[in-house]
Amino acid sequence: MRDVAVVGFTQSESVRRERDRNEVEILIPVIHELKTRAGITSEDLDFVCSGSSDYLAGAAFAFVSGLDAVGAWPPLCESHVEMDGAWALYEAWVKIQMGYADLALVYGFGKPSMGDLPLTMALQLDPYTTMPLWPDAVSIAALQARLCLEGGVLSERDMAEAAARDRRNALDNPNAQVAGDFRAEQILSEPYLVSPLRKHDCAPISDGASAVLLAAGDRAKEMCERPAWIRGIEHICEPQELGVRDLTRSRSTEIAAEKAGVGAGKVDVAELSAPFSHQEILVERALGLGSDTEVNPSGGALAGNPIMAVGLSRIGEAADRITKGSANRAVAHATSGPCLQQNLVCVLEG
Amino acid sequence: MAELTGVVGIGQTKYAAKRAELSMPGLLREAALRALEDAGLTWNDIDAVVIGKAPDMFEGVMMPELFLNDAVGGAYKPMLRVHTAGSVGGSTAVVAASLVQSGVHDRVLTVAYEKQSESNATWALSISMPFSVATIAGAGGYFAPLVRGYIRRSGAPDDTGIRVAVKDREHALKNPLAHLQLEDISFEMVANSPMLWDPIRYLETCPSSDGACAMIFANEELARQAPNPVAWVHATEMRSEPTMFSGRDQVMPQATLDNAASLYKKAGIQNPREEIDCAEIYVPFSWFEPMWMEGMLFAPTNEGWKMTYEGATKLGGELPVNCSGGVLSSNPIGASGMIRFAESALQVRGMAGEHQVDGAKKALGHAYGGGSQYFSTWIVSSEKP
Repeated sequence: MRDVAVVGFTQSESVRRERDRNEVEILIPVIHELKTRAGITSEDLDFVCSGSSDYLAGAAFAFVSGLDAVGAWPPLCESHVEMDGAWALYEAWVKIQMGYADLALVYGFGKPSMGDLPLTMALQLDPYTTMPLWPDAVSIAALQARLCLEGGVLSERDMAEAAARDRRNALDNPNAQVAGDFRAEQILSEPYLVSPLRKHDCAPISDGASAVLLAAGDRAKEMCERPAWIRGIEHICEPQELGVRDLTRSRSTEIAAEKAGVGAGKVDVAELSAPFSHQEILVERALGLGSDTEVNPSGGALAGNPIMAVGLSRIGEAADRITKGSANRAVAHATSGPCLQQNLVCVLEG
Repeated sequence: MAELTGVVGIGQTKYAAKRAELSMPGLLREAALRALEDAGLTWNDIDAVVIGKAPDMFEGVMMPELFLNDAVGGAYKPMLRVHTAGSVGGSTAVVAASLVQSGVHDRVLTVAYEKQSESNATWALSISMPFSVATIAGAGGYFAPLVRGYIRRSGAPDDTGIRVAVKDREHALKNPLAHLQLEDISFEMVANSPMLWDPIRYLETCPSSDGACAMIFANEELARQAPNPVAWVHATEMRSEPTMFSGRDQVMPQATLDNAASLYKKAGIQNPREEIDCAEIYVPFSWFEPMWMEGMLFAPTNEGWKMTYEGATKLGGELPVNCSGGVLSSNPIGASGMIRFAESALQVRGMAGEHQVDGAKKALGHAYGGGSQYFSTWIVSSEKP
């Protein structure tokens, strides 16, 4: 395996509604800043890969306009996944492993404010049997939370504490959307949004984008004083049907974590992209994180949730802490699909 | 540095306007099971799954690979979903191959599909984005001006497109899986079919099809155990450029020329027309055959039409193109690119049946998409590089 590292990361602010900018206009400054900081142009890129969803924009081929933000001229060796940018990063990592690239740009973007996100997400479900019932994303997650509560897996207080922790951490993150000196008691006194989920158990709906530069071996060392080396990156998908899997644990995260070698050393920092507080707890447990790991110093997905970029941003945030020297070993997590159906785990080291 | 990788299994559904007896999971499963059978493998032998399809808005399912996961044996395995416009079937094969070429996985299943009978492609392609130029033209309306541009530049005879259509439809009669089987196809029949988007006639366009195509890749060691011949991947390439900017040549985009040059360099090909035995080229409208003969550097600029005209691209000709009948005969959009890749592999495996090119050793698979801006290609061979 080749040594591959994150050598750059930029992101937009996470905001509830980008009124004046379309997806490309959100992306342009993010990619421009990344290239400027690294001192590179599009012609230096051996490979470009992006992650987005046409359904957020409400138009087929919405991702195509991303090429305008990259500046794909002369033409680029380029690909796209209809997945979170974290999986685009995985594809770029594979391309570097096979020796087809040494420097790759990865980006993810989403502007869910153009539609009704919880209802749009219902379109991810089986179109013949489940989707016609229009179960929205919050209600599906609430079913999972209820199972966890009734199974004694976690408590509403655990959920409130996770949510409060993330929002407190986000006070130090200028890109966060929801930040504040929250306390669990305060959250527990709120009414339910969809029982047993309160508003603060749910990630916000965010417009935003992020981008990461990946480089191999010596190239990474030239470009970055302290590259964040990818020591393991794995992803696993579960069947979607809610009845065929144990929703009170994240089996796919467990498998990915084991294959990525999360447990092989102390984890200083973990960045998780679970969009609901109970899911964050399930992921934390599946990763086997102990009390010596700082979880979501950026605030995680509960503080800013630019869907299709949020997972990539977790890798970027974790890498940033290594690059800046505040962590030696970090774990990043991305998820997709209802109730943590698909999960990616990335181990980074200084 | 890349690991030698081979295609060990291929499975295709019967292509048809409406596979009403199958759900989407059933469609993918039909192709995947046939690929497993060809490879002599079971679901448990597969390390990872890569799914490709064209826009989600066609069937109205957001990221449908999530609900299709277990239908293609993807439960508790890594799964990727590729989407690069019309080239997606080719790009999906490229990504799946790269998982083995990189040494990350040993055996990978890839499936691409479209169920156009549960879609409305022209509607989905005509939604206008806020703040963006809306073409509201569908694919034919978009590409017809590019074809006219090609005719003006090249001086190609007006009936070149008709000849391509007749040839591909004759080829389709030798492929039992092809959607359109027009027994009485003739020059007059195509010439007299209604003009849809001048100069593209009804019988010069692709149909709307349901279908799925699957392939299984294995590393060299495992490929050696395959019961059927192996198609070795010599090179893959992809190129993209933006849809619109001042001065962009949409008729012969830079991306196709760059893609072709880089592909041949990687595959060690000096003279593609001599060294490649047959090609499966993405031709959704007849005229794109001569255009991509130039775009893939088989013919000099403005002379691609001569290959069609001289019969070079016929089965039995110098460089048979689309012996399967091509996109003109079967078009499950998201799968159409992968079918080109799979059919090129079938040719070098000697498993193309009645539409086999005698002694084919080296073949090109090609796909393009978007506004003639996404290109993915590969070279496969019966021999190791």
